[in-house]
Amino acid sequence: MTDVEALHDVTVTVNGVRRTAAVPARRLLSDFLRHDLRLTGTHVGCEHGVCGACTVLVDGAPMRSCLMFAVSAQQHEITTVEGLGSAPDARVTPTGESLSPVQQAFAECHGLQCGFCTPGFLTTITAYLQENPTPTSEQAREAISGNLCRCTGYQNIVKSVLRAAEITAERRAEAEGDGETA
Amino acid sequence: MKPAPFVHHAPRTVGEAAAVLAQVGHDGKVLAGGQSLVPILNMRLASPAHLVDINGVEGLDGIDVSDEAVRVGALARHAALARSEDAYAALPLLRQATLNVAHPAIRNRGTTVGSIAHADPAGEMPAVLALCDGVVEAVSARGRREIGWQDFFAGPLETTLQADELAVAVRFGRFPTGTRTAFRESARRHGDYALAGVGVMVTVADGVVTAARASFVSVTDVPSVLDLGPVLAGTEASSESWGAAVDSAAAAVRDHVQPESDIHATSDYRRMLVGELTRRVLVESVTAAEGDRR
Repeated sequence: MTDVEALHDVTVTVNGVRRTAAVPARRLLSDFLRHDLRLTGTHVGCEHGVCGACTVLVDGAPMRSCLMFAVSAQQHEITTVEGLGSAPDARVTPTGESLSPVQQAFAECHGLQCGFCTPGFLTTITAYLQENPTPTSEQAREAISGNLCRCTGYQNIVKSVLRAAEITAERRAEAEGDGETA
Repeated sequence: MKPAPFVHHAPRTVGEAAAVLAQVGHDGKVLAGGQSLVPILNMRLASPAHLVDINGVEGLDGIDVSDEAVRVGALARHAALARSEDAYAALPLLRQATLNVAHPAIRNRGTTVGSIAHADPAGEMPAVLALCDGVVEAVSARGRREIGWQDFFAGPLETTLQADELAVAVRFGRFPTGTRTAFRESARRHGDYALAGVGVMVTVADGVVTAARASFVSVTDVPSVLDLGPVLAGTEASSESWGAAVDSAAAAVRDHVQPESDIHATSDYRRMLVGELTRRVLVESVTAAEGDRR
């Protein structure tokens, strides 16, 4: 190895915004997001793909950001937990935050306690509900099987998945209703 | 928990990738999905000086069905293989097994060919390649060659792929008409490494079994196919003798496997487990829904 590591200009679109940073090849996508782009919503737990806390959406599909290099994400679209609140079906709460249906469901169902694992659950469930908008309780449990939570015992997270499906459907019906009257 | 420094190569063609591999030799590793490699790098169990990242290589993500085989390119992700209706119609075993590979987020990134090249005894896809009498297609600057599964797996995490070779695709052989398949594994938590797993193919003609084979996960060092023809052939699949034949098949499997003990399970437990799983997949295969019969 040479003494100085070569830097690569990595450009990705994160939550709709094009971002570039010069990083060494070994920079994990998780560290790229957190350290280089200062998006610290993505959490890093086990760093070997087991816990799921670092899950982000790459071109819409959930992936472990700790198991990808930033250089491999070149020119791809990333959605992190910070981007969920600007989804078309996000709504502003009375306290001023914009919450997506999944975030709203977690708040209503007490789907989190310490919150460390939550960004990974939110991204995973957001993508899952696009694939299966009406999951059963059993399917919801299966959908979150790749994410670990040490606080909740999962019961309220399963409830959150089901509630998120309801909220998504409600907001879609609302949007369609608006479309008809407009 | 950060990888050691390495030089990143991003070839755009198979030719470029082969040229880089020829140059870096044993100091290089191929990076495809990285779902096994990156944890190894993060934990510094390996620190190759060069990574040949093939994610930008054109034309490697194909899943092509022919009369003889399902050919899966080196960049086809597990999720794509599981979703492919053409692959499912040709060889239902591929979806049956792939859905047992880790979790959705891993399957979205990890590749089927990479999983086979990694040759983990706990991996599902090496066992499936063996059961399908599959072939690995390898390319190097020296040329192209095909490696049958029997010659490909050299030991746990070890293959006969040379340092300058890139596995560009694998071909899973299709089964004769009238063949049904099933795959099951058992893990402490769904998606974890299986304590034991088994896939079977059973060919039935006029209600009578004519051929049957099984292949295993986590209970043999390298993929290994057991011919269950001697215990099952000639048995009518819906007859009363079927139950006894299935018992004999489970016993044959328990004799065949060589599981090791570790902190997750003893050798004896894995042996018992794989016998029971065999019983279940055999019953499942002959009662499979019409759509799963090929």
